Amino acid sequence: MQNRHILSWFVLIVSLLLALLLAVSLGSERLPIFDLSDSQAAIFFDIRFPRVLLGACVGASLATAGASLQALLRNPLAEPYLLGVSNGAALGTMIAFVFFEQFVFARPLLAFAGAGLATFTVYQMARSRAGMNVERLVLSGVIVTTFLSSIIVLLTSLLDAARLRGFTFWLLGDLSQSTMNGFYMTLAGVVIGTIVLTSQARPLNLMMIGERDAMDFGVEVGRVRMIVFGMASLLVGTAVAASGSVGYVGLIVPHLVRLAIGSDNRLVIPFSAIAGAIFVVLADTVARTAIAPRELPVGAITALIGAPLFIYLLKRS
Amino acid sequence: MLEAKNISVWFGNRSVIDNVSLELEPGQIMVLLGPNGAGKTTLLRALNGTVGIKGGTIELDGKPLSKLSRREIARQIAVVAQENETKFPITVIEFVLAGRFTHGAAFGWESADDIRAAENALKLCDLDEYGGRVMNELSGGERQRVVLARALAAEAKVLLLDEPTANLDLAHQALMFRLVRDRSRNAGASAIVITHDLNLASEFADHVVLLKDGKVYASGPTNGVLTKENIAEVYGVQVLLDSNPASGKVRVTTVY
Repeated sequence: MQNRHILSWFVLIVSLLLALLLAVSLGSERLPIFDLSDSQAAIFFDIRFPRVLLGACVGASLATAGASLQALLRNPLAEPYLLGVSNGAALGTMIAFVFFEQFVFARPLLAFAGAGLATFTVYQMARSRAGMNVERLVLSGVIVTTFLSSIIVLLTSLLDAARLRGFTFWLLGDLSQSTMNGFYMTLAGVVIGTIVLTSQARPLNLMMIGERDAMDFGVEVGRVRMIVFGMASLLVGTAVAASGSVGYVGLIVPHLVRLAIGSDNRLVIPFSAIAGAIFVVLADTVARTAIAPRELPVGAITALIGAPLFIYLLKRS
Repeated sequence: MLEAKNISVWFGNRSVIDNVSLELEPGQIMVLLGPNGAGKTTLLRALNGTVGIKGGTIELDGKPLSKLSRREIARQIAVVAQENETKFPITVIEFVLAGRFTHGAAFGWESADDIRAAENALKLCDLDEYGGRVMNELSGGERQRVVLARALAAEAKVLLLDEPTANLDLAHQALMFRLVRDRSRNAGASAIVITHDLNLASEFADHVVLLKDGKVYASGPTNGVLTKENIAEVYGVQVLLDSNPASGKVRVTTVY
């Protein structure tokens, strides 16, 4: 069973490397990456390289979080952005930004806390005695999202005009402020999150069939739920703290991965991580080059693809 | 092997199971009978610990169920429940392999043994070529047999079956009960079965428990429990009893 997926691993990893190569070469200035002048090297190492790497980590984080939340909630429409998890993280980041700017770790920590709180709230709202249906989950996500958005808007009134513009861009999902520190933080999140979630893939396979079935066949459902909520919050928290709410990645990527290789989470979760990295790196390349020298927020590109797919999936279910 | 003593279950402030005791012996087939809402499914759920009990104790091989992990319980007790649809395209073999979760490590891949057990279970349930099919594309009866195959693949000593024949055609109803009986005769595995088919109960049960309003109304060998009076009292239906000429067991005919 494992052997026939070695090819898939190979294809994905090579595609990721090619995507990274393409992304670092293209941009407002085209860089011949094997023959850089001094000024080009400066652009490469200070700006382009951190941005591309961060994009890869953000994509991997969001796609992995999406894939595991979908399995846990038995719903292919569950997505960090749509469930309000990203907005929870955004509010946390914003609070850190406004009140604790001097404290470096405040942003990822509060983003994590915000993501966790939003996840828990949506889950409690969507759950009823009859279980959890698609409509209830999506509606709860919408309500939490709009509620958090309004608090974010209230908080923006505390910002001056210059910071406001940067913040608005960030809120839409933006990789232009990338730093190596942001990259390290997100990388740590994505490595921990992906490994822990992949370790839960087999119990998640059972929970995807049904919570009760999973209990019957030996899964500690409550524990798996806590781990998935925790790790998804960590992934979304670190991603959002670094790059804002890039939407729909967690919807599009796992959907495509499942189309290609089926529903087994032992493959869907790690493959989503790599495919998510590829997707955001490419989307950000488009965002940087489409109307160069000006830039689009990467979240606008992903939403452009994601929203129609969401409608298609909703119609089908 | 599996013993419940004076257990009660409450949903909110409503009593669903009231002071029920039963003991399942190795190799025994026990059938739970009773009208809708009598508490059969809840009792079955309590017996593998997926519904909490308010009073009494349940012991599995002498150990209290409350002290065992889900994994330890699932190793001994497999369940055939009413299946709920999933939105993901899960294949039949993936579904059946879920029954092997307690064998080996909780992460990683299934072993060759697991795959053999799953394929064997599919064969037993007359689903030889179904492994690669997608669950959502099967008929209700086919899905029900896949759910049975998953429980068989678990190779547990106790099977709990909740209306396992509800969607099955005549041939597969017989197949399913023969499978359960063969396991009990040959492997000493026991089973608790919920059904509404009094004649199937009579043919296959070693012990019948008749539930009414969450209480045991009658319990014992088939002949003593399936009487005209008991059926009239519990179901509110008049029946005629004679014996099945093929097996000599009690045969129940409803008077409409």
